[in-house]
Amino acid sequence: MNPLLNIEKDFLRTDMPEFKPGDTVRVNIKIKEGDKERIQAFEGTVIRRRGRSVRSTITVRKDSYGVGVERTFPLNSPLIENINVVGKGMVRRAKLYYLRGLKGKAARIKEEA
Amino acid sequence: MLNGMLGKKLGMTQIFTKDGEVIPVTVIKAGPCFVIQKKNKANDGYDSIQLGFVEKKKERVNKPIQGSFAKAKTSSFYHLREFKGEMLDSYQAGQKVTCETIFKAGEFVDVSGRTKGRGFTGVMKRWNFAGGPGSHGSMFNKAPGSIGSSSDPSRVYKGMRMGGHYGNERVTTQNLKIVAVRTEDGIVLLKGGVPGPVNSIIEIRKAKKKSHSVKGS
Repeated sequence: MNPLLNIEKDFLRTDMPEFKPGDTVRVNIKIKEGDKERIQAFEGTVIRRRGRSVRSTITVRKDSYGVGVERTFPLNSPLIENINVVGKGMVRRAKLYYLRGLKGKAARIKEEA
Repeated sequence: MLNGMLGKKLGMTQIFTKDGEVIPVTVIKAGPCFVIQKKNKANDGYDSIQLGFVEKKKERVNKPIQGSFAKAKTSSFYHLREFKGEMLDSYQAGQKVTCETIFKAGEFVDVSGRTKGRGFTGVMKRWNFAGGPGSHGSMFNKAPGSIGSSSDPSRVYKGMRMGGHYGNERVTTQNLKIVAVRTEDGIVLLKGGVPGPVNSIIEIRKAKKKSHSVKGS
């Protein structure tokens, strides 16, 4: 067995829901301001999952007043409060980079029945 | 206490702090090493302790070295290396040395190893020369440029940095912070990279240029 997995498993988060590229998720992020902590949400479409084990990240894309915004989160970061799966999408690709070139109606993803 | 020991590089990964910061760490299996021979000022002119690491079948060891293992009443080992330290009298030949007796989280260490061999490389990789422009018809891409002046001195100075064999040499990385010491499996996590490929044998020594006291992490 890979000896590194033993180290990494202490830092893996097991409370993450299952989701795939194409799904809509709401990521609640802990933000520190001075000595106060608050939660900020980022909701959008998962366009990519990348990496393995403790290094895995997801990239979430959303449209903010006509401007495309993408954020990449380390999935095992303690800064993520939780992730809610808002909707399941039907896509045929693992990486949805083609969404970057689409706008409005064309950028929709078919919902899973 | 000894100031270092032998270890095996297992690879790199990353871990998170409580604040969500990512620390890149090298995972090292440090020890267990065994004391093979004690050297002292009276006999050898200096004080040190020879440690053995990675067990080896006895029939694979040549006779002269078998003798020194027999003297210490230990099994045989692939790697022997001397380390210095203070109060070496407390160590006995044959004694097992584990990593938590030497290293503590928060301290700094130096790590020596043999780097990956890179074969014959040009000056850009070997000496970090800038090279020339990559495009726009420039025909000066990765060449070293001038290596000296003309009739005076009529020769190339010794030590001129040129292409050649790079890597497969002993390199020490200094001042790596110990992130964690895992007693149960003898593993040390260091912040940052260490020389050499995965599974190579490395020397871990207390940092020469940093104090060993544990500061607030």
